[in-house]
Amino acid sequence: MPKDGGIGASTKRREDVRFLTGTGRYTDDINLPGQAYVHFVRSDVAHGRIRSIDPSTAEGMPGVLKVFTSKDFEAAGGIPCGWQITSRDGSVMQEPKHPILAEGVVRHVGDPIAAIVAKSREQARDAAEALEIDIEELPAVMNMREALKDGAPQVHDSLDSNLCFDWGFVEENREAVDTAIREAAHVTTLELVNNRLIANPMEPRVAIGAYDMAADSHTLYTTSQNPHVIRLLMGAFVLNIPEHKLRVVAPDVGGGFGSKIYHYAEEAFCTYAAKVLRRPVKWTSSRSEAFMSDAHGRDHVTKIELALDADHNFTALRTETHANMGAYLSTFAPAVPTWLHGTLMAGNYRTPLVYVNVKAVFTNTVPVDAYRGAGRPEATFQLERVVDKAARELGIDPVELRRKNFITEFPYATPVAVEYDTGDYHATLDKVLEISDWAGFDARLEKSRARGKLRGIGLAHYIEACGIAPSNLVGQLGARAGLFESATVRVNATGGITVMTGSHSHGQGHATTFAQVVADMIGIDASQVEISHGDTANTPMGMGTYGSRSIAVGGSAMVKATEKIIAKARKIAAHMLEASADDIELKDGAFTVAGTDKSLNWGDVTLAAYVPHNYPLDEIEPGLEETAFYDPANFTFPSGAYVCEVEVDPETGKVEVQGFAAADDFGNVINPMIVEGQVQGGLAQGIGQALLEACAYDDDGQLLSASYMDYAMPRAYDFPMFKVDSSCRTPCTHNPLGVKGCGEAGAIGSPPAVVNAVIDALHRAGHEIPHIDMPMTPNRVWSAIHGGAGPDKDGETMEERSVGA
Amino acid sequence: MELKDSRRIEAPPQDVWDALLDKDVLKACVPGCQEMEGSPEDGFDAKVVQKVGPVKATFGGRVTLEDRVPPESLTITGEGKGGAAGFAKGGAKVRLEPLNGGAATQLHYDVEARVGGKLAQLGSRIIDGFAKKMADQFFTRFEEVVTGTEEAAEATPRADAGNEAPPGETAAAQDERTR
Repeated sequence: MPKDGGIGASTKRREDVRFLTGTGRYTDDINLPGQAYVHFVRSDVAHGRIRSIDPSTAEGMPGVLKVFTSKDFEAAGGIPCGWQITSRDGSVMQEPKHPILAEGVVRHVGDPIAAIVAKSREQARDAAEALEIDIEELPAVMNMREALKDGAPQVHDSLDSNLCFDWGFVEENREAVDTAIREAAHVTTLELVNNRLIANPMEPRVAIGAYDMAADSHTLYTTSQNPHVIRLLMGAFVLNIPEHKLRVVAPDVGGGFGSKIYHYAEEAFCTYAAKVLRRPVKWTSSRSEAFMSDAHGRDHVTKIELALDADHNFTALRTETHANMGAYLSTFAPAVPTWLHGTLMAGNYRTPLVYVNVKAVFTNTVPVDAYRGAGRPEATFQLERVVDKAARELGIDPVELRRKNFITEFPYATPVAVEYDTGDYHATLDKVLEISDWAGFDARLEKSRARGKLRGIGLAHYIEACGIAPSNLVGQLGARAGLFESATVRVNATGGITVMTGSHSHGQGHATTFAQVVADMIGIDASQVEISHGDTANTPMGMGTYGSRSIAVGGSAMVKATEKIIAKARKIAAHMLEASADDIELKDGAFTVAGTDKSLNWGDVTLAAYVPHNYPLDEIEPGLEETAFYDPANFTFPSGAYVCEVEVDPETGKVEVQGFAAADDFGNVINPMIVEGQVQGGLAQGIGQALLEACAYDDDGQLLSASYMDYAMPRAYDFPMFKVDSSCRTPCTHNPLGVKGCGEAGAIGSPPAVVNAVIDALHRAGHEIPHIDMPMTPNRVWSAIHGGAGPDKDGETMEERSVGA
Repeated sequence: MELKDSRRIEAPPQDVWDALLDKDVLKACVPGCQEMEGSPEDGFDAKVVQKVGPVKATFGGRVTLEDRVPPESLTITGEGKGGAAGFAKGGAKVRLEPLNGGAATQLHYDVEARVGGKLAQLGSRIIDGFAKKMADQFFTRFEEVVTGTEEAAEATPRADAGNEAPPGETAAAQDERTR
């Protein structure tokens, strides 16, 4: 029997009532009295020197309040980066200044040069047309390998080169890995591109700055996944505003996928300009602006080598990755190709030796940062593609090759610095083979052939590190912040509860799942629990939501705070029932003296906490409100197995996904329906990456895929009905709920499953094609079938397959 | 973007040459041209209203004529800025080949152009077709003017008629419409 409430119940999402009836309150819904509007004038060229900016005409335009340039921000700091990576030679990464408005040089199309604030949005836009900016165009560098050559255009004159860092992991293993690969019975090599993506949340970014002169305090309303982080970064590093004078509010947020983690220049601008102008300043990104100012994702180019012994055991793995940072370092950017990527290169396998080299490169492109999965999809893609290729080269079943090399004993310490606490990879594999009807593939293949279509089936496993992260560990790795989470549980006199969480919900359904947990712990109805988030004025300092961390870290903080509440309530109940607290049982919202019928309802005890007439005041304080901060002991390690089945039209190269099955191990599950929704969304994004999405630049650095005419977002008709299962459960051993996190899995495991399926389809038709880059457009697939020479991108080499390839 | 083509014009090379250097002829023939000032020696300043796919803007630009070998060849280079719409820049190598013993001219042109900003973001897919269309319109009118089918002074813009901004509409409003 499915539960109808509490942990494990598929309770309907309570927040959907307001989202689906148009009563959500997003940042753009907020309008403050007297607010002005800012329009950012952005660079049209990828690289250029600003010779002059003449604001005189624009300043005289109707409604214009002020034209801002970098001169107005001489006292402000640059946009900070939250991680510092150390290179193989011991030097710290090169970290250029990222100004709010360009200081003499523009470095990517979309780089803000000036900002015009006017009484209306239209007036600001009209004045932008009159702003005279003279820019000397400079040579731009788009390709990462070109950027590292001598004589390449330099993105930052202040740096030694375009190399941000050259990271080796684990450096001590390097020689042993080289030796193992040299001496291996078989080595499979693959070069691949993880295509640059644009996050495209449904709600574009918005920022409203407001300044209260009387209180000398600032408020920023912003579309953020982590308002406390923005408050800290912007207050301490950019604008020099102490946190008690700065409130950051991130109300309903319409999707982020990582792109709303980072502190952006527009946030600092609006906050600052509101004080200068003494009126609120609002910015709403247009979709065009979003394409060229939201941080992009992925954009790795990798060579991977997998060594096997004669019995097909993996003996060593070596990778060399070029990771595009874009023109500036976004908040999390250096962590993505390093600690979120290198640490996952063991995957689900017992490979004893792993060495990962990552060269992070500056180019004249939009900054790149974490996007759903962040580093883990890149790791999984390389690994699951090379394992599949190895099986093909050796003529063995890809399922059996994986089984042979699975990690089966836990905890398992990988050669890449992490320890998996639990997992059962055979279980998810068995489950996915069952629900995908792997055994019945041949019959479906025959039917496809009869219709003149090619058919293929592909498998991929994944492991991810979620529940980010143990603060002491990430501190050693270069994080400049802790990664704990917080919660305050406020019990009202009549028993209702408000939980103020440091996590942030922008589509995840926290209002529903978090309430299920607290209600379950106390034994009351979930309608008695309200979840509040997103406002630094009324939530404890929290690190926000990303990296599938909310239930694992934020949920754990909430559990700890609720445990404190229950412990205190039990003492109050013991006093009222004239019993020992040890003898008080809490069940179904009632406190009972064990072995008796003496009992008090939850509401009786909470009322006593605030009306302490009969109360142990000499032992405990009145009131019932507790806060907990939780710092995880380890990452969590969700894992799973995905199967994709495709049909390829040999005449056109069009790939059609015919079936997709996902078997995930997320540990314990609070709300299976929400988990399934998260997996489905992730699958849509991952399959979108594999087949459709590509951020493309031309050689001059012009962004070509800057609208939905050219950037192919996946749509419902691109997918079959997914089969999603989360019944394989090995609970996390180190957090109180035994949960692992599910937000990113779908986007991590699906791209290699799709590519493996397409390659399988081509091989079954006699096309010995080792690899096709994502997105596998009809053009690319058709070209591969016809010998690699297509209408474009023909004969391209690895050297040329960098940005946007 | 590259565009290479040639066109037969029923006029002697010298007439074609003179027309190519005549700002009034150019103004009449460049699709969407609102203003054309200057001289072959100093270059021309032009204002052109155009719509590329969803992007519409007024381009202010400067055109220079170099490597002039009358009446055989010249290089035309130009750059136009369209404000929020971005920019276009490029050049054309033009060569005049006498036909029929000098009674007619084969006009060869080799254009290289690139666009930036919103034009590239929204219009790159259609820029090749757009450039071809512009070239066709230009040379059709040019031929009419040179061969006397139509007098330059009376030539009226046609293909761009629908591109003119409605009176009083702001650039932002136009942009909003096409965004």
